[in-house]
Amino acid sequence: MGNWHDVLSYSGKYLSGLGITLEVSLYALLLSLAIGVVIAIFRVTSSKVLNGFGAAYVEFFQNTPLIIQVFFFYYGSPAMGLNISGLACGTLGLAVYTGAYMGEVFRAGIQAVPKGQMEAARSSGMNYLQAMGYVILPQAVKIILPPLTNQMVNMVKNSAILSTIAVTDLMYQTYLISSDTFIVFEVFIFAALLYLTITVPLSTFANLLERRLQRSS
Amino acid sequence: MTLIRFDKVNKWFGKLHVLRDINLQIREGEVVVVIGPSGSGKSTLLRCINRLEAISEGQLTVDGFRLDDPKTNINLLRQEIGMVFQHFNLYPHKTVLENITLAPIKVRKIAKEEAEKTATFFLEKVGIPEKAQAYPSQLSGGQQQRVAIARGLAMKPKIMLFDEPTSALDPEMINEVLDVMKALAKEGMTMVVVTHEMGFAREVADRVIFMDNGMIVEEGTPEHFFTNPREERAKLFLSKILTGGRASKR
Repeated sequence: MGNWHDVLSYSGKYLSGLGITLEVSLYALLLSLAIGVVIAIFRVTSSKVLNGFGAAYVEFFQNTPLIIQVFFFYYGSPAMGLNISGLACGTLGLAVYTGAYMGEVFRAGIQAVPKGQMEAARSSGMNYLQAMGYVILPQAVKIILPPLTNQMVNMVKNSAILSTIAVTDLMYQTYLISSDTFIVFEVFIFAALLYLTITVPLSTFANLLERRLQRSS
Repeated sequence: MTLIRFDKVNKWFGKLHVLRDINLQIREGEVVVVIGPSGSGKSTLLRCINRLEAISEGQLTVDGFRLDDPKTNINLLRQEIGMVFQHFNLYPHKTVLENITLAPIKVRKIAKEEAEKTATFFLEKVGIPEKAQAYPSQLSGGQQQRVAIARGLAMKPKIMLFDEPTSALDPEMINEVLDVMKALAKEGMTMVVVTHEMGFAREVADRVIFMDNGMIVEEGTPEHFFTNPREERAKLFLSKILTGGRASKR
């Protein structure tokens, strides 16, 4: 029990790390959702150029390690003359990576809506974006929600990689506490519990929302 | 006044030649029924009229819009053309009322209240005003198709297109949809109808067009077409479909 007592005495550090992890996750989530929608629309339009760009984006970012993408932004931005904080670089890397997965989730959801829906909407005079916004996406959301939650949870977990570029997130603080106390097991178990305080409510909320959406149709 | 004019229109799907040298003129107020075996190109012909399919060659003019010109603002033209599909294609996440008011509000920019009034008017017209707040999944096929017709009419279009509107319905629901269409025809709506309902064609059509293999093989009044078709292929098709049973009785 002594170890646990030591671990809990660091709760201030843990909480500050948790705060950063939450912050990074939230920004990266918003950004990756936006990237995902754009990439998905690129992949389902009739333009060959946009199709190609969307496909290349997904292939590149899904098939290279997240840590390389994060390093790219972190070490690459000064080389490009940009002065961005590690936090911003990490958020960007995480969003760009997760955006590729979000894009695929959205694409699958959009393509699961029957073709006649788009035809009905377009034949009534709506332009492409109106048809997407009023008819296709609201239906796609129900299909998308479960895999989207998975991606969100993955993203929160993946954010731990940002500790390698000195973002003082939960993982970073956990390392520090561990080297401070020479306790490994309890320190990391506690960090895992804190990650669960983000991810479990996230998937519970998504489940509730999913059930509500199913009822409305 | 000619509302729809096909001039030597050709269309290919890849190597498949689906429309061959189509020449066709449809006047305002005319009811034209297109029949023919499956794969004859009749649905494609219909879908070219609002450019759900683009033509490959020739000229197609609808309500003054040149459909073969890529610069044509197709969304403007589509507001003037209602379309009813074989599988209804109602929006499942919206109520019946919302299905009908969506395009008037978002495309025609009509105020919500007025759009709802119009929607209610057309729902009464198709005989199901009590379903305004229902979702499409709570309706029978016949009711769904009548909502789809009301949805098309609510845009106050100049032309209504029907793509096999009764083919996905149970037999006992076919008449309720045909009755709505007949009433519409009598009010002078310009209608192009792809159907296998020969009774409807005989009773309502001003002109019947028979297509086979991407060509218009024969066209004429229903009397001419059903009693005395010239073309062998039309005769063969009629003999098959009229001995089929239910179609001939209606």
